[in-house]
Amino acid sequence: MNNKTAEIDRQKRSIGLKASARISNTIIYILLVIISFIWLLPFIFIVLQSFRCEVTGPVGYVTPKVWGLDNYKRLLECNFKTWYLNTFIIALCVAVLQTIIVLCMSYTLSRFRFKMRGGLMRFMLILGMFPGMLTMIILYRVLKDLGLTQANAVPGLILVYVASSGMGYYVSKGFFDTIPKSLDEAARVDGATRAQVLTKIILPLAKPIVIYTILTAFMAPWGDFVFARYIAFGTSSGYNVAVGMFDWLSKDQIGSWYTTFCAGGVIVALPVTILFMCLQKYYVEGVTGGAVKG
Amino acid sequence: MKRYSDLEYLRLGKWERFVYKLQSFFVAIPKKLWQLILSIGRFFKKIGLGIAKEFTDIWLTFKDGDWKTKTSYLVMGFGNIARGQVLRGILFLLFEIVFIGYMVLPQGGAYWLSKLGSLGDQGPHKEMVQKYGQWVETSVPGDNSFRILLYGVLTIFFIIAFIYTWRLNVKQNKIAEGILKSGKPLRSGKDDLHSLVDDQFHKTLLALPLTGILIFTVLPIVFMVLVAFTNYDAEHDGLNNLFTWVGMDNFNTMFNWTAGGKSYSAAFGEILTWTLIWAFFATFTNYFLGMLVAMMINKKGINLKKLWRTVLVMTIAIPQFISLLYVSKMFAKNGLINLSLINLGWIQTGQELPFWEDPTWARITVILINIWIGIPYLMLIATGILMNIPADLYESARIDGANPVQQFTKITLPYMLFITGPYLLTSFTGNMNNFNVIYLLTGGGPTNASISTGGAAVGHTDLLITWLFKITMEGGNKYYMASVVGILVFLVVAVISLVVYGLLPSIKNEEDFQ
Repeated sequence: MNNKTAEIDRQKRSIGLKASARISNTIIYILLVIISFIWLLPFIFIVLQSFRCEVTGPVGYVTPKVWGLDNYKRLLECNFKTWYLNTFIIALCVAVLQTIIVLCMSYTLSRFRFKMRGGLMRFMLILGMFPGMLTMIILYRVLKDLGLTQANAVPGLILVYVASSGMGYYVSKGFFDTIPKSLDEAARVDGATRAQVLTKIILPLAKPIVIYTILTAFMAPWGDFVFARYIAFGTSSGYNVAVGMFDWLSKDQIGSWYTTFCAGGVIVALPVTILFMCLQKYYVEGVTGGAVKG
Repeated sequence: MKRYSDLEYLRLGKWERFVYKLQSFFVAIPKKLWQLILSIGRFFKKIGLGIAKEFTDIWLTFKDGDWKTKTSYLVMGFGNIARGQVLRGILFLLFEIVFIGYMVLPQGGAYWLSKLGSLGDQGPHKEMVQKYGQWVETSVPGDNSFRILLYGVLTIFFIIAFIYTWRLNVKQNKIAEGILKSGKPLRSGKDDLHSLVDDQFHKTLLALPLTGILIFTVLPIVFMVLVAFTNYDAEHDGLNNLFTWVGMDNFNTMFNWTAGGKSYSAAFGEILTWTLIWAFFATFTNYFLGMLVAMMINKKGINLKKLWRTVLVMTIAIPQFISLLYVSKMFAKNGLINLSLINLGWIQTGQELPFWEDPTWARITVILINIWIGIPYLMLIATGILMNIPADLYESARIDGANPVQQFTKITLPYMLFITGPYLLTSFTGNMNNFNVIYLLTGGGPTNASISTGGAAVGHTDLLITWLFKITMEGGNKYYMASVVGILVFLVVAVISLVVYGLLPSIKNEEDFQ
């Protein structure tokens, strides 16, 4: 008898728990749907407005009254092609060169114990506390002396992005730290040089972090705005997409270029987003690893 | 303040514990600062002693060395060549020749150094020049302050490199003598080359990255720090009108309190306060809300986990200038939100919500939109860490009768805070310098009319970093003031980092959670 009531009691309680779990899950579902909407809505708006043909300025509704590809045609007619190509070239070069530099730096700092190591890392930490914005003025003057500004801004930008990229070694160093050192030592005992250890043993294991570095390096130039504008100022053929499209939303141009900005945004975001979604796994790995390592 | 022993501490109530911890945090700050000063002192003492040691060593090497060593003091690499290490010797010698050549050339190191004290004596001026047999007055370009400062700094770098190499050359002679005395052979040039891919491989790997950092980061920073002590601006551009050293004048301008509300100090105080408020809210709203979203997605029994996560992650991929600019226009006076509210009849034309026009509205909107930008990152980070919390911790908590709230405050939150302590610190300083969000959303506006510095306008949402940018771009391009602001930003970030870093639990006792 006692047993039975206890059994019933337990069943009741578990039903109660299930019910409360169902309620809380429902609330969570509702919240998640709302969150997804808030996060996606602006992008849905951009896509919808890029097809709007009746008015080119900002309006108080989202769905176009006249659908069409006018805005995309307009992109082809203006300098947008040049900007797009510029950005693409920059992103590609930076992705390759920056990855090489970051890997050299992080691998060395993770694996070698040389005399200046601690001092070097501390020095770079302190350097990182200076606002980079400050160095823009002098970098511009130096690049100008080298003839790498205005119309030639593309190589100039690549040079500057790549040259200082060694400072961002933290995430990949954290990754290298997790590869056991005994692997290196075993190979060294077998007579491999340090260079061979890197190319034959570590690099194949480091694929996730290599892809993460390439991905972030490729994505950064698409959004750089301040420095690119300072370097290319006034010469449309040296702009990247961010600099070029920024002016479309200025007070005197927004009336006629707003929807074109939306179309341009779609064209810029599409390839980057697709690439990002394909390699999402590696990005997530890098970001979480980086935060835990600090 | 009374210090409790461990046992006394455990007897305290929850609130008393919190107060006690808070007190000990603030009590520890002066001690931390004092330790910081001490460690800086120790650092200089170490350097002083090191230099003294180097000098004695240089002298002893000279005294005890043979004639090959002694010659090397003048002709670098001579000892190496004489002892058969030709490759090294030639490299040393080559470096010496290049250095001396650079220093004595007409427009070389010595020239730039000699001008560095004045940053140029003469701007563009008229001179009598002989043309076609006649003396004609012509304009000739004068000195260029910008180049003098730049090449002056470069030359100093070069001299330091030379002294280092020279010291290396002396040291090598001593080592070589020692090896020969013990009867062993010296390393050949071939060995040297091989060691570059083997036990000296780090030098090969670091050569390129460090050169890049030296030229494109260190040199510009040194240059810009020096600019804070000059009067370099649009008027004194260094070419048409030379600029020169002004000592601490710019710092005095910055900290001049006498001018009331119309001074740099007032602007700096105002902007620094907002920068700290902004960094605090931007960091912690993102942190807790991101954690909340991550916990909702990861909760047992929630389906389509991958979909929710993908939706959020996707927004990371879209370049910020598109999303931020678009959202900024959405909230504008004639933007989507206000126009659709008018269309709906909820507000009248002329009563638009002042998202960017009113200081308080603008500040709150900026923080809210930053949440929109930041949560996806935090969701990713939190997901990674939450999955690493051992499940049996929760299980035993549940058996002990802990409700979800208790589980969160007793397990999840401490664990997260412990692991992400350093991340919180870097994201705080990162937010202080979050140029993109502020500049693309508000451009620093609305303008703060009560403050004017005579230079660039000061806005209500301006961070130090956007203010710095504005000073550089507007109102007579006062580069020297921008440089002063930059140095102050550095100091603020450095002090916050050092003080907080020492107080982080994950640094103090690394083994606690393992």
